Amino acid sequence: MATIHVNDSSAFGVLEAGQAENSANQIAVPMALRINGKEHSLRIDPRTTLLDCIREAVALTGTKKGCDHGQCGACTVHVNGRRVLSCLSLALLHDGEEITTVEGLGTTEAMHPMQAAFLACDAYQCGYCTSGQIMSAVALLNEPCGPDDAAVKELMSGNICRCGAYANIVAAIQQVRKRA
Amino acid sequence: MHIFEFIRPADQTAAIATAAQAKTAQQGADVRFLCGGTTLIDLMKLNVETPARVLDINRLPLDKIETTSDGGLKIGATVRNSDLANDERVQRDYAVLSQAILSGASGQIRNMATTAGNLLQRTRCVYFRDTAMACNKRETGTGCSAITGSNRTLAILGTSDHCIATNPSDMCVAMSALEAIIHVQGPKGTRAIPFGDFHLLPRDTPHRETVLEPGDLITHVTLPPPVTGSKQVYLKLRDRASYEFALASAAVVMNVDDGNVGYIRIALGGVGTKPWRSPEAEAALSGKAADAANFRQAAEAALRDAKPQSKNKFKIELAKRCLVHVLQTAANG
Repeated sequence: MATIHVNDSSAFGVLEAGQAENSANQIAVPMALRINGKEHSLRIDPRTTLLDCIREAVALTGTKKGCDHGQCGACTVHVNGRRVLSCLSLALLHDGEEITTVEGLGTTEAMHPMQAAFLACDAYQCGYCTSGQIMSAVALLNEPCGPDDAAVKELMSGNICRCGAYANIVAAIQQVRKRA
Repeated sequence: MHIFEFIRPADQTAAIATAAQAKTAQQGADVRFLCGGTTLIDLMKLNVETPARVLDINRLPLDKIETTSDGGLKIGATVRNSDLANDERVQRDYAVLSQAILSGASGQIRNMATTAGNLLQRTRCVYFRDTAMACNKRETGTGCSAITGSNRTLAILGTSDHCIATNPSDMCVAMSALEAIIHVQGPKGTRAIPFGDFHLLPRDTPHRETVLEPGDLITHVTLPPPVTGSKQVYLKLRDRASYEFALASAAVVMNVDDGNVGYIRIALGGVGTKPWRSPEAEAALSGKAADAANFRQAAEAALRDAKPQSKNKFKIELAKRCLVHVLQTAANG
């Protein structure tokens, strides 16, 4: 699959403001996105965030939309192994990169250790923030982080849990870190 | 979000040539460089920023941190904040910068946000972010809703009758104290801008936030050689312990020799309309005994010109105590 070449601005057909709103097909551009090891050939509106692309175009709905403004962390995914907020990024920025969503971590039968620890520690209530929490927690394992709970809390502060399952989330993460 | 043309320039020259067609410089311009997106995409969703063209500069080769020939550090424009904060040279020689960056935003955002993007980070004033409200920064001549509104988090230094928006950056406060130089390449060539000259006071043109001109691309930032033996401390005070903007913060780079203050650089955050270097506080301390009374004198000098709004008078004392605490911590080594 060839990646898009965007040096040539004419490839996208410049539209006047206002012309675009009801001509979605006209402004869609081709791109390839690699998610969980699988290549997806897509046509998307340039405005599509990585989050909306993952959920709507690729139909992987494990990644959640909370605030849509980078304030809650529910949309956390990995790009080339690093955690980012998919709501504050455009899908078009990521051709050729390795995107990992919660669906790429493990399966119900073979869970990632962090998923198993969240289950074992009851680290959620409603579950809406959980995929973002788990994606953040898995990335944290490879980041500079002190050994104590306070260090984990600080590095997890970008993931809000409205149910308040924080104590068990920290416990789950520490369980995985101690076993590693 | 308004429609835009997405362009990935082949190189710096192409990026600059396209950006030079903009009517105004970067912030709020019709041609915008996009890198981490943590400010720009957010503001595009709110229709506060409505660029017609977005230039993706993520893949330009500006992502390195290198030691300079004079023993300083060269930080590329697209170096991610997390990589900068965790670089061992930064942690060893420019600790205040590492501390400042790690006190800001979240792990995810620091992985996305870049050096240049942080320099151009825009205010979190709620009236600026809401297109239904009057805001001189967003729309010239409409007025300032914040002056008569909810201004608890807004600035007390460098304000004008037109704008009281706080500069939200932590990184910039540390870079101000470290006397960083911002390197820009534009249609007319390259230039080096001392940190203190880069951001502009709002005056009657709050929409102009920096000295950048159309087409100017920040390529890198340099830090001077580390100050031998200096103690460096950043402290950030806020409404919650993490993932929140500063109500007041302070960065200090200080040498104490035989109980007296030698080299001293002081900058404040969360209280100014730009990253707030305080030559007044530095002058009040330089050569004096490193003791509590003189630290308080320096804090008084730093806030002497503070002008509170209806709901943020508390920031004056908060900023003073923040600075005193930082100076004390640095002195204790």
